[in-house]
Amino acid sequence: MSEASLLAFLVGLLAATLRVATPLLYATIGEVYSERSGVLNLGIEGVMFLGAFVGFAAAAQAEAAGWGAYLWVGLVAAMISGLLMALLMALLSVTLGLNQHVAGLGITLLCTGLAMFGFRLVFGERPVLPRISPFSQLNPFPGTPILDPLLNQYLLTYLAFLVLVPASVWVLYHSNFGLQLRAVGENPEAADAAGINVFRIRYAALAISGVLMALGGAFLSLAQLGAFSPGIVAGRGWVCIALVIFARWDPLRAMFGALLFGGMFALQLRLQTQGFQLPYEVLLALPYLVTILALAVAGRHAPYPGAYLKPYRRE
Amino acid sequence: MTTDEVPAVRMRGIWKRFGTVVANRGVDFDLRPGEIHALLGENGAGKSTLMRILYGLYRADAGTIAVNGAPATIRSPHDAIAHGIGMVTQHFALVSPMTVTENVILGCDQRIRLDLKAAQQQVSAAADRVGLSIDPRALVKDLSVGQRQRVEILKALYRQARVLILDEPTAVLVPQEVEQLFATLRRLRQEGVSVVFISHKLHEVMQITDRVTVMRAGEVVGAAETSRVTPTDLARMMVGRPTIGVIKPRTISAAQPQAALQLEGVSARNNKGLPALRNLSLEVRAGEILGVAGVAGNGQTELAQVIEGVRPVTSGRLLVCGQDITNAGPRRAMDAGVGRIPEDRHESVVGAMSVAYNMALEHLDEFTRSGLIDRRRLRQHAERLIGQYQIRARPDDPIRTLSGGNMQKVILARVLDRNPRVIVVSQPTRGLDVAATEYVRGKLVEQRQKGAAILLISEDLDEILELSDRIAVIYEGEIRQILDAGEATLEALGLLMAGLRR
Repeated sequence: MSEASLLAFLVGLLAATLRVATPLLYATIGEVYSERSGVLNLGIEGVMFLGAFVGFAAAAQAEAAGWGAYLWVGLVAAMISGLLMALLMALLSVTLGLNQHVAGLGITLLCTGLAMFGFRLVFGERPVLPRISPFSQLNPFPGTPILDPLLNQYLLTYLAFLVLVPASVWVLYHSNFGLQLRAVGENPEAADAAGINVFRIRYAALAISGVLMALGGAFLSLAQLGAFSPGIVAGRGWVCIALVIFARWDPLRAMFGALLFGGMFALQLRLQTQGFQLPYEVLLALPYLVTILALAVAGRHAPYPGAYLKPYRRE
Repeated sequence: MTTDEVPAVRMRGIWKRFGTVVANRGVDFDLRPGEIHALLGENGAGKSTLMRILYGLYRADAGTIAVNGAPATIRSPHDAIAHGIGMVTQHFALVSPMTVTENVILGCDQRIRLDLKAAQQQVSAAADRVGLSIDPRALVKDLSVGQRQRVEILKALYRQARVLILDEPTAVLVPQEVEQLFATLRRLRQEGVSVVFISHKLHEVMQITDRVTVMRAGEVVGAAETSRVTPTDLARMMVGRPTIGVIKPRTISAAQPQAALQLEGVSARNNKGLPALRNLSLEVRAGEILGVAGVAGNGQTELAQVIEGVRPVTSGRLLVCGQDITNAGPRRAMDAGVGRIPEDRHESVVGAMSVAYNMALEHLDEFTRSGLIDRRRLRQHAERLIGQYQIRARPDDPIRTLSGGNMQKVILARVLDRNPRVIVVSQPTRGLDVAATEYVRGKLVEQRQKGAAILLISEDLDEILELSDRIAVIYEGEIRQILDAGEATLEALGLLMAGLRR
């Protein structure tokens, strides 16, 4: 490989990394909000899947109706579906105080079923998967030498890295809501005694998490693929659960975690197309193996929130 | 102060039930402005429940509350704070990975942005105003218990509390810290703050309070100006009869010359891998009680676990009646004659199992015939112990349904019935009522007379002073000094417990 083509390869790899990392970043930061408040939201995989479906279905309908902003209709619809599922999760795990593992897995199963059923209902049996024309990539500085492919990204990618991450850092560490959220996740008894409504904070945290998870899912169907398929999320939600621990519940570190996984995913794709002499199944497993490895190294002394997994009860 | 003044707090006819237990039965309580008011009573008398209702942590089943003469509905601490009521609970409500400032302002600031710099200055100023010295940037987890208590008081005052409830505030403090706390309370009284001081320690009530309300079994049995009553009056009101106290046969020294338990230069680590015991040596002779005094968290838990054989030692030797059981495990320790009464009684029983099983748990092999448990023998054994130790339970009751006192008696029976040569006992009367406390202490003294070597670990200094022949003070994993019971005073112990050498 010549120097120029190596550079092009690396820039292309980095550009793909940002794309692959985007949905992970939305969902991981969503999970950070919910876990920082003391609730493990295992609905993540299902909510991403539901978000991907609802976003796609709404956009497809709006596109068929000839609406110009059909993709934004899809995005808003996905966020609403995520919000509703988050409220259900909150009802089960916060108000009723059920086991968070069971409630979260239940939500994931429910969402998966709903999305598959909805897909049949809306699109019926078809020989080819329905498609929409997805979000296009945009480049704020067109014609930049070498870096052009890197800057050519989806708006949602720019929003994730340049708005969501700094905004979440600000919310968690520089706002009163963030202070209360962290206090509720560390010691709800103390927060309650300080006059904070523990339940309201946890509902808010879960609502944020649901919306962000659904956005992550909708990115897949509305931007990356322009289609919906049953395997669209492919365990990304579970990866995010690991990334949150890897990130030690910090939005900035979550970004690096998402980039690490995204990088591995992009790399294995490229290695596959380069005709690398390894069974493709091994390459496919690579990002997941790296996630486990990173978790084993970084997660051993992870500072779990003090009230992680504990429903709050008075008396 | 006139008596027709509007009370700062007036509670009338407060009822509270927990399941079948009635914690408050029609309680009336008045708090005057600018007074320190003792709420006195045994454990379980309903003092904390009443105050938790006032602070909105519990909801009363019936009754009314008025603050400064106006009826008040208090459904949560949020409401209580709005009425100018603050409470320092026994288990501090602090978020330990956060700073003092973050803890103090938590929930107070309704603005969106968190301005920590400005908050730090405000917290500093508030602390200076009442003479509480505390670094606003320190992390709570790095603070001592006394300092944490100051953060809690500061939290309440920062929320403009005019009524401050302190639930057993001195239980966790060494005597010098108690003096400091009392100085703060006097200063608050001058500023017109009303203080409710929940306690069961008579001398503290006599020392610091202006008025006292005594509770027993969920009811108020009397209220008076502190200066007009004697400790004996209060004690009689508290328990409904004059206190007896355990009569320790001090005249007869049961101690025999040979050491039954010896620790030689023992070091061990705690669960976090940090040194918990440092080159600790001590001896307990047959027929004596050696009390171990210290502020919680100075290695007491690890000391007990080392002797019980459930925590490995990193260096040093452990001998029971001359037999080396260093790192030999709990079974060998038990066989060598160690009996254990651990600090958390819920952890030393299996809650869902019956009293009979729990009584045999440590020696199930003796109740086994050809691999099967002999239920008849199990039952006979349980019935005998229940009779002997006056336990109010049946052999088949799940042990978690027993009261604290009866559960402790089961554990006591399980251990003492085997007449162990060495007994390691931690916090034996924590949370027990007066009658059960007296019973447990009496049984320990009885074992001493029979020649057992008893290592008594307790945070209750009165208990240590009452029972011990000698007292060892533990500080940061070392025995600082061993005193004869005759020469030990509260003050001397307090200084040693605080890490000061004489």
